Amino acid sequence: MISFKSISLAVAISAATFSLAQSSALAQEGGHGPTPHMEKWSFAGMFGTYDKAQLQRGFRVYREVCSACHSLSRLRIGNLADEGGPGFSEGQVKALAAEYQIKDFNDKGEPIQRPGFPSDNFPKIFANEDAAAAVHGKAPPDLSVIAKARSYSRGFPFFLLDMLPGVAYQEHGPDYIHALLNGYTKPDDTKWNEYFPGNQIAMPKPLSDDQVDYTDGSPKTVEQYSRDVAAFLMWAAEPKLEERKRTGLNALIFLFIFAGLLYFTKKKIWADAH
Amino acid sequence: MTTASSVEPTRRDFLFIATGAAGAVGVGAVAWPLISQMNPDASTLAMASIEVDISAVPLGAIMTVKWRGKPVFIRHRTPKEIQEATDVPLAQLPDPQTDKARVQKPDWLVVVGICTHLGCVPIGQAGSRGDYDGWFCPCHGSQYDTSGRIRRGPAPKNLEVPAYSFLSDTKLKIG
Amino acid sequence: MSGPSTFVPKSALGRWFESRLPIMGLIHGSFVAYPTPRNLNYWWAFGAILSFMLVAQIITGIVLTMHYTPQVDLAFASVEHIMRDVNWGWFLRYAHSNGASMFFVAVYVHMFRGLYYGSYKAPREVLWILGVIIYLLMMATGFLGYTLPWGQMSFWGATVITNFFTAIPLVGDAVTTWLWGGYSVGNPTLNRFFALHYLLPFMIAGVVVLHVWALHVVGQNNPAGVEVKNVDRDTVPFTPYATIKDSFAVVCFMILYAWFIFYVPNYLGHADNYIEANPLSTPAHIVPEWYYLPFYAILRAIPSKLGGVTAMFGSIAILAFLPWLDTSRVRSASFRPMYRIFFWAFVLCCLGLGYLGAQPAEGGYIIAARLLTAFYFGFFIIILPLLGIFETPKPVPATIADAVLAKNGGAVMNPAE
Repeated sequence: MISFKSISLAVAISAATFSLAQSSALAQEGGHGPTPHMEKWSFAGMFGTYDKAQLQRGFRVYREVCSACHSLSRLRIGNLADEGGPGFSEGQVKALAAEYQIKDFNDKGEPIQRPGFPSDNFPKIFANEDAAAAVHGKAPPDLSVIAKARSYSRGFPFFLLDMLPGVAYQEHGPDYIHALLNGYTKPDDTKWNEYFPGNQIAMPKPLSDDQVDYTDGSPKTVEQYSRDVAAFLMWAAEPKLEERKRTGLNALIFLFIFAGLLYFTKKKIWADAH
Repeated sequence: MTTASSVEPTRRDFLFIATGAAGAVGVGAVAWPLISQMNPDASTLAMASIEVDISAVPLGAIMTVKWRGKPVFIRHRTPKEIQEATDVPLAQLPDPQTDKARVQKPDWLVVVGICTHLGCVPIGQAGSRGDYDGWFCPCHGSQYDTSGRIRRGPAPKNLEVPAYSFLSDTKLKIG
Repeated sequence: MSGPSTFVPKSALGRWFESRLPIMGLIHGSFVAYPTPRNLNYWWAFGAILSFMLVAQIITGIVLTMHYTPQVDLAFASVEHIMRDVNWGWFLRYAHSNGASMFFVAVYVHMFRGLYYGSYKAPREVLWILGVIIYLLMMATGFLGYTLPWGQMSFWGATVITNFFTAIPLVGDAVTTWLWGGYSVGNPTLNRFFALHYLLPFMIAGVVVLHVWALHVVGQNNPAGVEVKNVDRDTVPFTPYATIKDSFAVVCFMILYAWFIFYVPNYLGHADNYIEANPLSTPAHIVPEWYYLPFYAILRAIPSKLGGVTAMFGSIAILAFLPWLDTSRVRSASFRPMYRIFFWAFVLCCLGLGYLGAQPAEGGYIIAARLLTAFYFGFFIIILPLLGIFETPKPVPATIADAVLAKNGGAVMNPAE
C-alpha cells in the first residue's frame, strides 16, 4: 500500500523536480512583456520534420536581409545541401558558394580574396565583436545557434508540461524569433519591440512587406518572412533534428519491447519466490 | 622488544623521528611543485599592467577596459555624482570608506568591475544604475553608489580600487 | 552476511585459476549468491540505475573528449563541431548532458528512499556516509563538466561558484587565485576543470566500490526495516531475482532517459549556454543546473557572504550526521506515522527551495527561501532528534517473512520450504 502511494507521489515529485531548471532557463527572456504566441511548426512534435521549401525561403530572407549584419559562421555553405536540411542541390550550393568572397592566402603567402567553396564556412562580417559594436553600437549576434540561445518562460505550471510526451514544447526559440520580428508595433519608433525584454532593441525593424521576392507563391509579408526565417534558423541551430527524432522513435520502440520482455521474464522468475 | 626499547629508548626514538621527518620533508618538497603549478603562470603575470587613454570618455559616462581578464570601470563623474558620493555619512555604509580615499582625482573613479559578492559584473548603463546611481549587480541584487561603495545587498565590500596612476591628464596606467 | 564464498568452479582450469586469484568466487558471492531481502520494492532498483548511469556517463564522456577542445577560444566551437560534424556527435553530447540530469534524478530518489526507510541507521552509518561522499563528488563533477561547453552559464556559473572560496577568512583570495590560475576564470581554469572532470568519475567509481562493499558487509535494508533473521525465509539470491528486477527497472529508466535525449534534449539546459562565454557581460540571472537549485536558494537566503556559503555547505554536510541525529529506534517510515508526515514535508521543502533557487533573489522569494532554509535545518537538528522521543511507532513485524505474509494476506510460500 505504502509503496503504491509513494510511487504516485514520487512520480509527481520527480516530474516537478526535472522541470525546475526550465523555469530558470526561461526566466531571463520572459520577465517582461507579452508571451510569444505558440506557432505551428512542421518540425515540432515526435514526428516533426523540416519543411524544405520553408527552409529555402527562410535562407533567402536570411541572405537578402539578415546577413547584412548577422553572420552564420558556424555553418559551412555546403551544409545547405545536407540531408535533413533545406535540400539545395550540390550544383546550387556550389554556385552559391562562389558568390561569397573568402579571405585566404595565395601561394606566396599574401592575403587574398577568393570565391568560396561549399567547404567554406559562411564568412564573418566583422573581424571581431568590437568591430561590429563600433559600427552598430551593439554587436549583432551570430545566428548559427540563435534559435537555441533565445527562449522565454511560459511560467508555472506550463513549463512543467513542456517536457511531457504528447504536449512537449521545444519551440520557444523559433516562436520568440517569430514574435520578435513581428513585434515592432509602434510605427513611429523602429527600435521599440513588444517582445524584447525591456522593449528597447538595438536592431531597427528589419523586415517589411514585399521586401524579399518569393517564387513559390508564398505571401510576401513580414508575417511569412519571419516565420520562414525562424524555421531556417531552427535548422541552422539544430541541423540533426530529423535524424534525432527518427532515431528516438526506434530507440523508444526497442526499449518498450525490451522492457516488456524483461517484465514477463521477471514475473516468471519471481513466480516461485512468492 | 620491550626490554630493548627500555634499554636505549632515546637513540631509537631519535632514529624513528629523524627518518619520519626526512620522509615528510621529501614528500613536501615533491608536493609543492604539484600544488604551485596551479598558481598564475608567467604569461598571466606578464599582463599585469595596462595604459588607457581616457580623453574620449564624456562626462557622466563609464568606460570599461579589460585588465587581468577582469573588467575595470573608469567613470567620468558629474559634479552631482561627486556630491552624492561625498555627502553620505560614513555610518550609513556597510564598508565605511570616504570617497576621498577611493579616488585620486574626484572627476575620475576607477574600480574593478567585479561584484565583491560572487564575482559578477555589475551593470552601469544609464537608466539601470540602481537606487544609488552607481552600479547594480544583476546576479544577487547588490547596489553600489557613485563611489563604487556597497550600499545594499549581499556583497560585503566596496568595489575594489586597483592600483593605478595618471601618466598625464588623459592617460591612465592600471596595475 | 556474505561470509567466505563456497563457490567452486566447475572446470579444472577454473579451479586452478580460482586457487590463485579467487575473483570468480568474489563475483559469485557479491552478485549471484548474495542474499537480498525478499520484500524489496522498486525504490531499491535505483542503486542499479545509478551504476548504469555512472557507466553511461563515463563512456559517453570518454568518447566526447576525443572531439572536445579545452581552450577558451575553441571550446564553444568544438562543442558545436560535435553537434554538427562528428558522427553521432549530437547523440553523444545530448546523452552526456541529459545523462548528468538523469544521474541526479536517480541519486535524489535513492537518497530520499534511504531517508524514508531509515537506511542510514546502525549498522549502515558508514554505508550512508560513503553515499554522501559520492553525492559530493557527483556535485563537483557536474559543476566542472558544466563549465566545459564555455557558454555564458558555464562561465558565470563557474565564476559564482569559485567565488565561494573568497568567503574563507584570510586565505580566501589566495585560494581562489590558485584555483583559477589567474585573476579570474580563464583559460587555465578551463584546462584544469577539464582535467579534473575527467578524473573525478573514476574517484566516484572507487567510492562506489567501497559503498557496495559496505552494503554487502551489513546487508540491505528493506521496506520493513527489520534485519534478516533467517536467510532462507527472509531472502532470495541476488541472481536471478534481483538481477532481473533491476534490469527491468534500468530499462524503464532508460525510456525516460531516451525521451529526454531524443525529444526534449535542451529542456533541462539553459538557453544562455548557447551564447559563447563573455567575461565582460553577466547574464541577467545566473542560475545553476536544476540539481543544485535547492542549495543555491539556501546560499542566497542568508544575507551575509560567509554565512551563505557556510549554510550551503552545511546543508550538505549535515547529511553525514543523519545517523546520529535521528534518535528513533524504528527504521522504516512505514511504522513511524509522524516521521512520515515530516518526511513528505521535507521533500516539499526541498522542491520549494529548488523552485526558489531559480527565481530572482528579491522580495517575497527571499523571505520564502529563509523560511524553507529554517525548516531544512530544523528537520535535521530539531525534528529528527525529538521525534525519536515523542513519536509512538506502530508495531514492527518480527521478520521480513512476516512482513511479506502480512502484505500478501498469507499466500506466500518460501521456495526453500
